[in-house]
Amino acid sequence: MRWIWIDRIVEHEPGKKLVTVKNVSAAEEVVHDHFPAEGDLGPEPVMPNPLIVEGMAQTAGILVGHTGRFKEKVVLAKIKSATFHAAARPGMTLRHTATLLNFGTAGGSTAGVTELIDPHTGAVTPLAEIDLMFSHVDHNMAGLDFPEENFVFTGTLTAVFAGLEPMPESPA
Amino acid sequence: MAISKDEIFEKVQAILVEALGVDEDEVTPEAKIEADLGAESIDYLDILFHFEKEFGLKIDQAELRPEAVLSNEEYVKDGKITDAGMAKLKEEMPFADFSSLDASRDVEDFSDIFTVQVLVNFVEAKLAEQG
Repeated sequence: MRWIWIDRIVEHEPGKKLVTVKNVSAAEEVVHDHFPAEGDLGPEPVMPNPLIVEGMAQTAGILVGHTGRFKEKVVLAKIKSATFHAAARPGMTLRHTATLLNFGTAGGSTAGVTELIDPHTGAVTPLAEIDLMFSHVDHNMAGLDFPEENFVFTGTLTAVFAGLEPMPESPA
Repeated sequence: MAISKDEIFEKVQAILVEALGVDEDEVTPEAKIEADLGAESIDYLDILFHFEKEFGLKIDQAELRPEAVLSNEEYVKDGKITDAGMAKLKEEMPFADFSSLDASRDVEDFSDIFTVQVLVNFVEAKLAEQG
């Protein structure tokens, strides 16, 4: 099983930028106990920030993977920085914009901006900046055996690939 | 005009402060990237990406860290670097100071080679080659 924290790809510039959206729902179990009522305070359902980072990692990871024509196993190697300015509550839409900063045989790095969109008013407010680094595992784990098949870009994650542009001719 | 060694140091220092989340005064020329500044292997990739951008270089990770040498049985035996291994490392890393590794020969000590000064030397050598 894999937790997918993006719903749809909405914009894609191959080798440059990928934009995804994610709707936060009160039906998602993760918001039920985050945060529960305590004492005089009522419940405060908020999407956990680490899962927002995961959504950005999936967005940016697909961008990096696509740039390498999905030949590499792309794994999140480092959260360079993650700064949050607001909380993501049910009924809101997250928009992750990942921009490719570097790409090479060993991996890639991305700059990310996550915004909060109110689907009723259309208002857009900044939610977070999330900068990440990805590693191509076969290039950086010499001596360790990894499965031949690409276990990163498989199964449920590929269900969101509909918004992707065609494969680039060669890696950027 | 060529960039001075001091300017390279200042830029390398700023890059390490950002990439490793350390304070500027920790980034002295003698500081070891891993033992003193807490870098892990993936941080080298981050640092090299910064070097490429800041100095306009094209760098292969193996140029800074020729890991293949250390996984070659001819160059490392029982955790110790052989004479041939030391010669190979010195050939591939002319920017590094091998005095402490020459003494210990312990492959575990290889990472201690990477001080801030060695990174500065590396950038200087790459700039001379590509700049």
